[in-house]
Amino acid sequence: MTTTQQLTPLRGVKQSPLEEFFTSGHRTCQGCESALVMKLMIKAAGPRTIVLGSTGCMYVANTTYYSTPWVVPWMHTQLGSSGSAALGTAAGLKALMRKAKMKDEPINVIAFCGDGGGVDMGLSAISAALTHNDYNLLILLYDNESYANTDIQVSGSSPWGANSTFSPPGTVHRIMNKRWKKNMAGMLAAGHPQVRYIATGCASYATDMMNKVRKALSIGGPTFIHTFDPCPKGWDYDPMYSHELGMLAVQTGIWVQYEVEDGKITLNGPSRLLARGRPRLPVEKYLERQGRFAHFTKEDTAYFQQQVDDMWERWWIPGVVPPGMAEE
Amino acid sequence: MTTSADIQTLETEELISGSEAIARACALADVDVITAYPIRPYDTVMQFVSKLIADGELTCEYIVAESEHSQFEIVKHASAVGARVFTGSSGVGWFYAFEALAVTCGLRLPMVAMVGNRALDDPGAFGCEHNDALAVRDLGWMLNWAATAQECIDTAFLAWRVAEDPRVFLPVAISTDGAFLTHSQQIVKVPDKSLVDRFLPPYDRGKFQLHPDNPITIAPQVNEDWLMEIRRQTDAAMRRARDVIIEAHEDFKSIFGRGGDPFLEEYMTDDADVVLMGMGTLTLPLKVTVRRLRERGHKVGFIRVKWFRPFPTPEIIESLSRFKAVGVIDRDYSLGSPLHGGVLFNEVRSTMYSSDSRVPIIGFVAGLGGREITLRSTREMFEITEKAAEEGTKGQEIHWIGVRE
Repeated sequence: MTTTQQLTPLRGVKQSPLEEFFTSGHRTCQGCESALVMKLMIKAAGPRTIVLGSTGCMYVANTTYYSTPWVVPWMHTQLGSSGSAALGTAAGLKALMRKAKMKDEPINVIAFCGDGGGVDMGLSAISAALTHNDYNLLILLYDNESYANTDIQVSGSSPWGANSTFSPPGTVHRIMNKRWKKNMAGMLAAGHPQVRYIATGCASYATDMMNKVRKALSIGGPTFIHTFDPCPKGWDYDPMYSHELGMLAVQTGIWVQYEVEDGKITLNGPSRLLARGRPRLPVEKYLERQGRFAHFTKEDTAYFQQQVDDMWERWWIPGVVPPGMAEE
Repeated sequence: MTTSADIQTLETEELISGSEAIARACALADVDVITAYPIRPYDTVMQFVSKLIADGELTCEYIVAESEHSQFEIVKHASAVGARVFTGSSGVGWFYAFEALAVTCGLRLPMVAMVGNRALDDPGAFGCEHNDALAVRDLGWMLNWAATAQECIDTAFLAWRVAEDPRVFLPVAISTDGAFLTHSQQIVKVPDKSLVDRFLPPYDRGKFQLHPDNPITIAPQVNEDWLMEIRRQTDAAMRRARDVIIEAHEDFKSIFGRGGDPFLEEYMTDDADVVLMGMGTLTLPLKVTVRRLRERGHKVGFIRVKWFRPFPTPEIIESLSRFKAVGVIDRDYSLGSPLHGGVLFNEVRSTMYSSDSRVPIIGFVAGLGGREITLRSTREMFEITEKAAEEGTKGQEIHWIGVRE
């Protein structure tokens, strides 16, 4: 029976394979961190991989007829279909292999989606895919915190108060997006207890991110990774600061790096240190660097800080599992 | 060539419904991936499929999806890696999958789906209407309407054969009238797998198969640079489908010894002056009425359209040019369309524009929501059409039949 490819963990960036499977031909923006996620994701997964890409930046800007950047087999899927695309591909391969209509070998199946496709429209299909333990697949959500492909519209993953073309600050209403960002990985981990691996990642921590992809593909069954991708166009900052903004999001505690493996949560890297008591940077250090928060007043920043503080101080597991225990 | 004696030993007669017949076809065609989601009345097919799997009579990946959208997306992707697939839906469930239905054609994937024709809620109604399947008529789906449980199993084999032909690579929807066909049992000749294997070759995706040994990029952004050329290729595939259907029907007839004309079933039309035409199970009351009217001296007949896409344009022109008047029965509606007529009516009328005969064509909307098309209403439709023949009208009339005023 088909098993998974056993992909060894990288003990440092120097061990990273030299081969590229996501190369030239795409036309993503300068400083696009999501494009880096694609590059690292497939570098970690290797050539015996099928990638399914749902509609979003990483489809439209990435995959142009006659100039595909994908060295591996790649197929578009619909905006809300990353879960179904992964499931259908894995099921097709499995059926053909078990009936000896195709050579039996482990083939990685990765479906990616943006935050619009994953956190909003595709949530139902992702959740369904994560209940099918018979199939080996990874769903990777690259989160640039808006519908960036269609002109930067607010999504269920956009931060509170962010300026977007659907939530512009105005003379009467300064804050148009009053929703707090969904806790996607935590929700999926809580809701799908049999899934063996769910993680968050950020390409600012490239080795960690690649290892998470490798672990997700090697462990078997349906798995999920949510990456946090600074977006120069959508967040309004100089493209040279993408990496730095990713690190600031982690160091302020806004984005939490963790993995849930076989029911056990581990906070990774700087997030682990924050949980152990290293002081978090003020969220202002992160917010002030981006034009999307330029309309924030002191009160807005204080509100944002309070929500992040609550996440670290009142949640059951800091940054991962709300709520806290009720006082007896 | 199979002799009729051969076929007799290689087929068993069973009392099964249209849904069960298609489920049995899935097992005989060795389908690889099947997805299910409940909605009446099509879902009966998946009840039979799941039992066949549970009993070891069908080996496939069987996924109960969380919505029709996912149901169709899952098999779409399974088809891209080379798996033979089957799925289905009804009514608004089919519409919930609409995005997937649209892209399946552009991707040129040979999905086979059963539509258990059902009214589009609201207001809630389980009964048969053809608007669900007809909604995809412009997109590249091949659409077939079955009339009997025997045709359900036979059409399923034809559907995979035509869809998976590399000259075509387009999806097929087998339409089955809700309740009248999905839930009604008839005697069906169920063939042995050896006969099916002779008719139906394995699905070979060839150079379009998505696999690490064939690292292609499927469906990149083309925009105005290439989309029109690609649409034209899909159009060419649908044009080629016509000959592939004819070829498949001929092979089917030589192996299974049954089938008839691929596109039209004509009943007592040889000397007819007036005919009614329609699709699906309304065949039964119409045949009865044709016989009874003929006993009373009326020269009437009935024509059933089997493949709606590709539309049998030359067959219809040739056939209808012989008559003095034609009545087209739509178990559907097309609100605001030319003359406010039904879909089939307007297609037939458009088809006949280029013929010399300019036969009067009357439109009937009947049997919506599963309302029975009674013998009385079939007689009424013949009366109206005969009157049009006598008076030589141009046929600008639409009649709703069997509706309370």
